[in-house]
Amino acid sequence: MISLGHYLVVSAILLVLGVFGIFLNRKNVIIILMSIELILLAVNINLVAFSAALGDLVGQVFAMFVLTVAAAEAAIGLAIVVIYFRNRGSIEVEDVNLMRG
Amino acid sequence: MNWFLSLPEIVLALSGMGILLLGVVKRGDATQICSMLTIAALVLCAVLIVGNSFGPAFEGQFLADPISVFAKLLILAASAFSVLLSLDFNERAHIARFEFPVLVLFATLGMMMMVSAGNMMSLYLGLELQSLSIYVLAAFARDDLRSAEAGLKYFVLGALASGLLLYGISLVYGFSGSMDFVGIAHALADPASVSPGVIVGIVFVITGLAFKVAAVPFHMWTPDVYEGAPTPVTAFFGTAPKVAAMVLFARVMMGPFGHALGQWQTLIETISIASMILGALAAIGQTNIKRLMAYSSIGHMGYVLIGIACGNAAGLRSVLIYLAVYVFMFLGTFAVILAMRRRGEAVETIADLAGLGRNDPALALAMTVFMFSMAGIPPLSGFFGKLYVFLAAVQSGLWGLAVIGVLTSVVGAFYYLRIIKVMYFDEPGSAFDRRAPSLSVVAAATGIFTTFFFLLPAPVLNAAQAAAKVLFG
Repeated sequence: MISLGHYLVVSAILLVLGVFGIFLNRKNVIIILMSIELILLAVNINLVAFSAALGDLVGQVFAMFVLTVAAAEAAIGLAIVVIYFRNRGSIEVEDVNLMRG
Repeated sequence: MNWFLSLPEIVLALSGMGILLLGVVKRGDATQICSMLTIAALVLCAVLIVGNSFGPAFEGQFLADPISVFAKLLILAASAFSVLLSLDFNERAHIARFEFPVLVLFATLGMMMMVSAGNMMSLYLGLELQSLSIYVLAAFARDDLRSAEAGLKYFVLGALASGLLLYGISLVYGFSGSMDFVGIAHALADPASVSPGVIVGIVFVITGLAFKVAAVPFHMWTPDVYEGAPTPVTAFFGTAPKVAAMVLFARVMMGPFGHALGQWQTLIETISIASMILGALAAIGQTNIKRLMAYSSIGHMGYVLIGIACGNAAGLRSVLIYLAVYVFMFLGTFAVILAMRRRGEAVETIADLAGLGRNDPALALAMTVFMFSMAGIPPLSGFFGKLYVFLAAVQSGLWGLAVIGVLTSVVGAFYYLRIIKVMYFDEPGSAFDRRAPSLSVVAAATGIFTTFFFLLPAPVLNAAQAAAKVLFG
């Protein structure tokens, strides 16, 4: 029997993969965009699992909104990556270093 | 249905779409007219807000109360001033496109949703509308590599912050059983029975919001984004989104999570102390003035966080007063920074200010007022902002925060005074180009507010007091 706990563990693993994907990846900005999607999907699993467990529809409604926002976010992210590539000629993470933090 | 409580937002959304349509169909350059219409829409929205009544709308998803009115008026003022500041700069930087004011308008709409949120869902949607608009604004100078890089960095870290915030919201929802602020507050009413899941969720929410207000240790993106983004965009980033995120932060921590004060107070104290110290120390070595202002804003957010850490009415009041004071100082400083041009090129280092006291006494006087105010020297407005924050900390027994706050503002005064020294006592360089009238208007208006705040502080203090009563009866 799959319980709420199992869903939460899967979602936590996806979240950690997403966060590590952003910080450990030194190669490609596209991978960062994929990691961000992974984080949002982890949240969706959480929301839907809680919604089912609580018998409350609000979580599933929220998951729909998150999907919509994730689409908009991906569109804007790709647009920014495109203008960055046009200026720099590369989308390697190590090259994003014009200004020193 | 009480949808008319959200009439200002509806009007703003419709006028945003109308202005966008006008920009697309109009032949020739539509930037000027779109900017003017945007400012008019923002002013109209402010009038509607002042005339509107209070109450919850859409089953508690949207709250019209004194807190949101206070924050919305500040946000609208900051946005309108930012559009005004952008007119001349965008023209000269060849990025004058009509999308700019429209993006500012939609970001403003998102911020107004954020400060009116009464539910995690409306909170998130408002936050995303704001964030998505300002990612694009950061990369608005699309042929400039620095601007593109600023946009990329802001997007990646902002999206990560949204993801963490959302994960926190999902945990809070699951373990408290409600998305509604009232429902969450009800579920947390007995601190002994709060599940650890909710606490983990609160920590994630704090992380996400700390990213948005650029508090240490989630501040890494701030200096780069502020330096790389076009200057009027930086002026906008430093003001309106900060107000919205901070008020949202205060409302979430003191409203739904208010009963769990014991669980999160130490966390907020820690990020507040770290922000104040980093803001004071890291700014000392900077040569680029936009970067310096980034560290300065991190420090200021540290002071505002003291008010949140208090978790009581005095704390909330001091947060709102500080934000009101901060917005005008920051915008005024950027009006001066935007006036820094030699032979048509924008210059950005502190050394470029040398001799401003002789070349342009009025501009130097304005900058002096803003710098003294940021350092917290009485009787300028910045002093009162800090005064109320420290008073709230002392009244709540947070002596450590107040003492560290005073010490860091002494250290911070060093780099503000250094700018004044450069302007008046260093070997003068060549004079700046003639400044645009819009910059003079903004610098004068914010300068007058900053200088004479002490004569008539009552409207701001009373409004903040009324707002604090909402959460603490």
